Amino acid sequence: MAEIVFFVAAIGALAGALAVVRAASPFYSVLWLVVHLISLAILFLALQAEFLAAAQLIVYAGAVMVLYVFVVSYVGGAEEPLQQGGAARALAPVFGVALALVLCLAVGGSMLTLIDTEGAKVGSGFGSPAAIGELLLTKFLLPFEVASFLLTVAAVAAVMLARRRRGLEPDDDLAASAAEGAEA
Amino acid sequence: MSIEWYVGLSAVLFAIGAAGLLSRRSPLVMLLCLEVMLNAANLALIAFARMHGNGDGQIFALIVMVVAACEVVVGLGLIVAIYRRALPIDIDRLSLLRDPVEEEGT
Repeated sequence: MAEIVFFVAAIGALAGALAVVRAASPFYSVLWLVVHLISLAILFLALQAEFLAAAQLIVYAGAVMVLYVFVVSYVGGAEEPLQQGGAARALAPVFGVALALVLCLAVGGSMLTLIDTEGAKVGSGFGSPAAIGELLLTKFLLPFEVASFLLTVAAVAAVMLARRRRGLEPDDDLAASAAEGAEA
Repeated sequence: MSIEWYVGLSAVLFAIGAAGLLSRRSPLVMLLCLEVMLNAANLALIAFARMHGNGDGQIFALIVMVVAACEVVVGLGLIVAIYRRALPIDIDRLSLLRDPVEEEGT
């Protein structure tokens, strides 16, 4: 049973990642990333990381992907011809295969004794919201607070970046909005 | 399933993301490839957390998710700002910082 779940989710994750890289339109890339993220959430569940699987589904496949869809439809993601550009770009697949081989060799030769097993024995509470919450509020209180501060900084930065600024944009856009304001 | 399978899968996903990051020109798709790489790292962290039966790796993965969310927000804000200034959304043509001389008429 565990094998079936793993292979179905692994094939979903691999197909999703490959389609993200190969899709011609950014919109389809975003949709394939959702497939990839849902498959990864299933893998997290198989590893008994229940809270992280839920966070992956809600935060990533939900909120972050909606943000991507909005930006792609705002910017109007133009189709981009694949296989165009210099020699460095043509060598990217070779680099990817080489990187995968090196990483797999490193994993295979890591001499970790537990890596061939299904992992240490853990209770049913492992990875549950209660266990994660206790760790976050005791042992990892400082990283938790720093993460919340980082999120605040990123939110302020995004507003500052995407704000409308006079003098930096094409004039017709501003003139149109000014005319609308004058009429109202 | 042994933990080795999960770690191997995360290595392959990371390589796919890296190859995509090098081969695409649209900043939007490059951000998506970064997401693939970050999630591959998360899978390895969670697999090792399960291997040791220790929750610390899961906290690490949670913090990586937070950092990824911040990166997405700032990256998408930059893309919207580039679009507002009517610059091309193409990393090959956004080379003002690298060679200011070749920048033409924007």
